[in-house]
Amino acid sequence: MIDRDMAPLLQVSDLSRHYGGQVGCEDVSFELYPGEVLGVVGESGSGKTTLLKCIAGLLPPSAGTVSFDTRVDGPRDIYAMSEPERRMLMRTDWGIVFQNPREGLRMNVSAGANVGERLMAVGARNYGEIRGNAVDWLTKVEMDLGRIDHLPETFSGGMQQRLQIARNLVTQPRLVFMDEPTSGLDVSVQARLLDLIRGLVRQLGIACVVVTHDLGVVRLLSHRLMVMRGGRVVEHGLTDQVLDDPQHPYTQLLVSSILPV
Amino acid sequence: MDGTPNAATPETLAGYNFAYLDEQTKRMIRRATLKAVAIPGYQVPFGSREMPLPYGWGTGGIQVTASIIGVEDTLKVIDQGADDTTNAVNIRRFFAKTAGVATTEKTAEASIIQTRHRIPEEPLRADQIIVYQVPQPEPLRFIEPREAETRKMHALSEYGIMHVGLYEEIAHFGRITQGYNYPVQVDDRYIMAPSPIPKFDNPKMDHMPALQLFGAGREKRIYAVPPHTKVKSLDFEDHPFTIESWEQTCALCGSEESYLDEVITDDRGSRLFVCSDSDYCRTRRDAGHEGSGLPVPAEPDTTASEPAGESS
Ligand SMILES: [Zn+2]
Repeated sequence: MIDRDMAPLLQVSDLSRHYGGQVGCEDVSFELYPGEVLGVVGESGSGKTTLLKCIAGLLPPSAGTVSFDTRVDGPRDIYAMSEPERRMLMRTDWGIVFQNPREGLRMNVSAGANVGERLMAVGARNYGEIRGNAVDWLTKVEMDLGRIDHLPETFSGGMQQRLQIARNLVTQPRLVFMDEPTSGLDVSVQARLLDLIRGLVRQLGIACVVVTHDLGVVRLLSHRLMVMRGGRVVEHGLTDQVLDDPQHPYTQLLVSSILPV
Repeated sequence: MDGTPNAATPETLAGYNFAYLDEQTKRMIRRATLKAVAIPGYQVPFGSREMPLPYGWGTGGIQVTASIIGVEDTLKVIDQGADDTTNAVNIRRFFAKTAGVATTEKTAEASIIQTRHRIPEEPLRADQIIVYQVPQPEPLRFIEPREAETRKMHALSEYGIMHVGLYEEIAHFGRITQGYNYPVQVDDRYIMAPSPIPKFDNPKMDHMPALQLFGAGREKRIYAVPPHTKVKSLDFEDHPFTIESWEQTCALCGSEESYLDEVITDDRGSRLFVCSDSDYCRTRRDAGHEGSGLPVPAEPDTTASEPAGESS
């Protein structure tokens, strides 16, 4: 499902982000191919969240480029785009699943409206079709359709994350960013959510960048893994290789400090 | 609107400038108004002045009217369709005193109509201006409280969220339930709050020959719809925009076309349906039209019924 004969979907080159004199992330480069899932792990302060914001169009980097292979014009530097173009990209061909559902959902409108919003944003004007799409996607993320008109506020944390996923996938994006998508959830809820994400991502061939502190998450989801520390990538390779035979002393420490998944 | 004197004329209240506002303020408001006319539906900020009336009494509309009114003008003020409510009487009296202008209750005789809650039933003409009093000018505010974000949404035409609001109404009630301040798109560009008029009046805004000006005093915004400009009420293909209709006709003038108010006539809940536009109703009666004059027995669910096909 990863097609390396195609052009990379996302190409990040020499990306740095500083906050005043502080380093957020430093000199990060990687390529992401269609259908590929990249895990980014590190502790808090490692720069992984800064990196995610930079590559997801939310935070302009201090240096370096983020290039996305757009459907119409081919590879484009996302920060050289006009703001309307970038915002349009972010709500059509991209998705972002936030750790905190409040950032990713509209809490004051129903689950169905949350899913339908992206369709309406790109011009859908047939209520029946929008409703039908909302039903489809809530089914795909295994949510109770009886809750379609309820506010996200009334949902459990796991259900809110499912709703975020449905809301993002309804426009069939090719690239989805996930920031600690399962953290804060009960272990059994986490496991079911991860299964669901893995199933959908593989089935739909979506490329993902998953940022997490949880090696269990990346072992289950990601093909490749980047380990970050102090803003820099200290190790980068196939997930199984990195986790089973870590080369960098910091990765060795990370791996040894968790229970086997 | 020509010939505005710089000093109060002898008939007007001593010690105040013509139409109360000082000339510098009026010039500032006129500049904002011109910009608003040039960008139909776009909310132009202006430096709203303190007025001798509390917010909620139409201070935005009053400032717009004060800036465009001249000695030759004839002013009509309506509130809930009527010329004789406290609010309408006060505003009319305010301009009679501070500008010495003629006032009227007749739509056809007015050159400027300041309004809250209604557009007159009688079609407006190219030589008239209608000034709306606006409590909340931002149609996106209900879902997006951040001003910076709503500005960006307007700038980038990111209006999907308006349909999210309509979606919610259909999901919960089977139909679009918004009856007042029903959002419109002006000239295929800006989404605009038409002020709390009933959606019944929305079609009157579309390609209206008269200039339409909107003033929000507390929120310090002016916006406009130039004459003959497209104004479209938002809807879905399968839930098209519709206006209210009544089974009853006006009990006084028999009109089948006007927006009807329901008046409770006794303690058993009998109701009389009469035109909300009192000048329209009076003009029809003067011309010989008659209604049944009869109240309708209590029957709470048959008031403003939606046309068939739109109900759930
Ligand atoms: Zn009548």
